[in-house]
Amino acid sequence: MQTDAEIVARCRAGEDAAWDELVERFSRYVYAIAVQAFRLEQHDAEDVFQEVFARVYQHLDRLRSDDAIRPWIAQLTRRLCIDRLRSARREGPAEDELIDPAGLDESLGQLDEAMTVRASLDAVGEACREILDRFFCRDESYRSIGEELGLPAGTIASRISRCLTKLRAELEGRSEALSSSGDR
Amino acid sequence: MNGYDEERIAELLRRLPPAPLGWVRAAQELPAAREEIAALVARAEADLAFRGRVVADLEAALEDEGIVATPSVVAALRASLADELT
Repeated sequence: MQTDAEIVARCRAGEDAAWDELVERFSRYVYAIAVQAFRLEQHDAEDVFQEVFARVYQHLDRLRSDDAIRPWIAQLTRRLCIDRLRSARREGPAEDELIDPAGLDESLGQLDEAMTVRASLDAVGEACREILDRFFCRDESYRSIGEELGLPAGTIASRISRCLTKLRAELEGRSEALSSSGDR
Repeated sequence: MNGYDEERIAELLRRLPPAPLGWVRAAQELPAAREEIAALVARAEADLAFRGRVVADLEAALEDEGIVATPSVVAALRASLADELT
């Protein structure tokens, strides 16, 4: 799996397929910030979503470090959501009446954490990634997953459990690697 | 990253459902629309009347020109025009 920085570097080099990957990788993040953290209506969320990616596409060469793409996208999304709420304020309650700042920070923090977990998902293998994504992110039933993946529905729960354990080990491994590199 | 149990991991995975597929596809089309966007921005820079119309109401100006722009192209144009015309 490529790092964020590697995908950004390929985008800068003009590789259109890398842009597809970048959008795919961050689409859930942008969507969740707009809809969960800022609680935008779908039509406003769609405008913000498209504008975020338009600006990222246009200004990718201005990014100081390729590693900084995730915080940059988060900041951009947050700013565009606030602009959207401000323009809606003319017709309704102020944005500070709509958004609780403490709740917003907590929600954004959780989404950032969720992106870290999602990044680890790619490291546990396609089979686990698929089953965990279908069950937790797409809210599919055991039966539906079983039919789609050609597995008996009765085995789905145990597979999910095994994959979660694998994902946890992956996350702990990353955490230990980060700690030991920080200790040096 | 410490202290993750399976329940917490599951909860975090649930926080990131997929964005609507149409939105994702539209954003992925941006490289294909690069030339169209550049041509419209260049025209807005060169043609004062057109510039006035796009600044006043971008979507209406595109519609008047018979241009069927996707939301991603409109967003990209808006971002480009904001840079070029300010």
